[in-house]
Amino acid sequence: MEILVCIKQVPDTAEVKIDPVTNTLIRQGVPSIVNPFDKNALEAALQLKDKHGGKVTVISMGPPQAKEALKECLAMGADKAILVSDRAFGGSDTLATSYTLAATIRKIGTYDLIFCGKQAIDGDTAQVGPEIAEHLGIAQITYVAKIEVNGDTVSVEREYEEGYGIIEGKLPLLISVVKSINEPRYPTIKGTMKANRAEIPVWTMADLDVDEQRLGLKGSPTQVRRIFTPPQRTEGVIIQKDTAWESVAVLIQKLSDAKII
Amino acid sequence: MAIKVNQEECIACGACLSVCPFGAIVMQDEKAYITEACTACGACVDTCPVEAILREEEDKVVAMDKSQYKDVWVYLEVGEGKLRNVGLELLGEGRKLADGMGQSLASVLIGHNVEGLAQDAFAAGSDKVYLVDAAELAQYNTDSYTATLFDLISNYKPSVILMGATNDGRDFGARVACRVGTGLTADCTGLGIDEATGFVSWTRPAFGGNIMATIICPEHRPQMGTVRPSVFKKPVLDYSKKGELIRVASKIKQEDMRTKLIDMIHVCTVSCNLEEAEIIVSGGRGMCKPENFSLVEDLANVLGASVGASRAAVDAGWKPALHQVGQTGKTVGPKIYFACGISGAIQHLAGMSSSDLVIAINKDPDAPIFKMADYGIVGDVLEVLPILTEEFKKIKSA
Repeated sequence: MEILVCIKQVPDTAEVKIDPVTNTLIRQGVPSIVNPFDKNALEAALQLKDKHGGKVTVISMGPPQAKEALKECLAMGADKAILVSDRAFGGSDTLATSYTLAATIRKIGTYDLIFCGKQAIDGDTAQVGPEIAEHLGIAQITYVAKIEVNGDTVSVEREYEEGYGIIEGKLPLLISVVKSINEPRYPTIKGTMKANRAEIPVWTMADLDVDEQRLGLKGSPTQVRRIFTPPQRTEGVIIQKDTAWESVAVLIQKLSDAKII
Repeated sequence: MAIKVNQEECIACGACLSVCPFGAIVMQDEKAYITEACTACGACVDTCPVEAILREEEDKVVAMDKSQYKDVWVYLEVGEGKLRNVGLELLGEGRKLADGMGQSLASVLIGHNVEGLAQDAFAAGSDKVYLVDAAELAQYNTDSYTATLFDLISNYKPSVILMGATNDGRDFGARVACRVGTGLTADCTGLGIDEATGFVSWTRPAFGGNIMATIICPEHRPQMGTVRPSVFKKPVLDYSKKGELIRVASKIKQEDMRTKLIDMIHVCTVSCNLEEAEIIVSGGRGMCKPENFSLVEDLANVLGASVGASRAAVDAGWKPALHQVGQTGKTVGPKIYFACGISGAIQHLAGMSSSDLVIAINKDPDAPIFKMADYGIVGDVLEVLPILTEEFKKIKSA
């Protein structure tokens, strides 16, 4: 089975802090990580490979330093990694990004399954996966919490607001996964050493069969008009009385004063 | 459009580096350089004290006849034979946008035996309802719903489409936008009309809620966005209002659907539909053991609230993953959010920061959750919760 996994290198948004004086992001010292959901996607791919055999190829679009993220994926057990990087891709929104990644996948050629994380933690759009499937003209199942492959039939549990749906589809298929699908494995020492030696090919615009007008900022219908930090919440009321009874009584009084209840 | 640094003017003060939300500016040889991480948001342009950063307008590539596109559409999601709340909420917002643009508001209703729901759409302010009703559309399916909405867009050319940022809305919204070749702004929490241009301005959180971005879609139509449930208020339904029902024949055949829903497993009906909940009571590590979670559920029952859980509580197996609130779980925005025994790691805060009112109970007075809380009780959650539940019971029966 040929499995592709799309990953993104993201700033660890949990480490992002806001400068209290200027009310702007402090990016210094924020580590870059593999988007956590993408690790679940890679783990799902590796588990299928462990069971059915085949090859797992990881692809990422990003600046040259995204190679580090791809190396981590190789250390986890991916067979091959490809970085797609070009200044022409800069400023891509989800449509331009998915167009570029779809062109990358077409160049790779054969695939049975494409895995993505449900969304990236920096942008949180959950759009690139479905848009890649659309560009390629293949079916998709998103928010997958469990997957089984039997011949060319794929059976999954898809997360809904109130529960799970059992959905079936045929290969080829694009699957986006939620966190509860698995626990991503840690890289082995052997894997890490192999990853450090690995040559990661970098494909540029010239390597892809693409229309330049559809890349980067030019190919992005959406534009960021303004970026701002959300107003900080005003200081809340903290209640600390001797007994729980008293504290609750004060809370109820305050809620009632504020006409919340 | 691109951002350029005029190298001769740059004084290497570094002011732009700290305001760039994308870390897309680097300092090399005492000059600022814009890297490919730039999204042309322009945050640096206003900051530069010597006006060395400029926004370059590029030639407009796409010559799309935008004048053909008019009206604001709201896609109405159906669940269990009823309209999901988010659709009605969006009709309230859609009405404002349509009035502001001097255009009509229309609803899109896709399903089987759903014609009766058109009345709800009219009552919520819709001028028109496009109804595609067919047996093949009884269940949501990515392929059939994408094709159906795409056909409607091609034939009737709306200027704006609002959809709920639900699992299904995000599943096929992106596919439709891609098929049309237009922009889609995900997970918006604010909508408006850009004064200068008349475009819809879509505001959404990014970077785990640390920053907000306002996004426009200037040259492509329709302007599309998914909007978070329970951010906006449902309009008052007025059933005396009438509108125009436009029946559109479905072109979908069974073989067009490449995936098939075999079965639905309802883990819970109300209690874990956190996205649409008005009140959420969440429990975390401070609940200490699984049995104690019933205290959270008791309070939720009294308030008619949904039950949430922190990552710690889900990882410990006290609650299924569907209840998890936070960056790797669900993003919620209820009117009232109770955080019980939750310390408030930033990943959790990212999932609930758009709640209107936050009430936190935690024994650690320094817990970060108190920074987010409008009201906080410092105390043992296991002691406080039962009393709180009793008090609310009394208020309810009074």
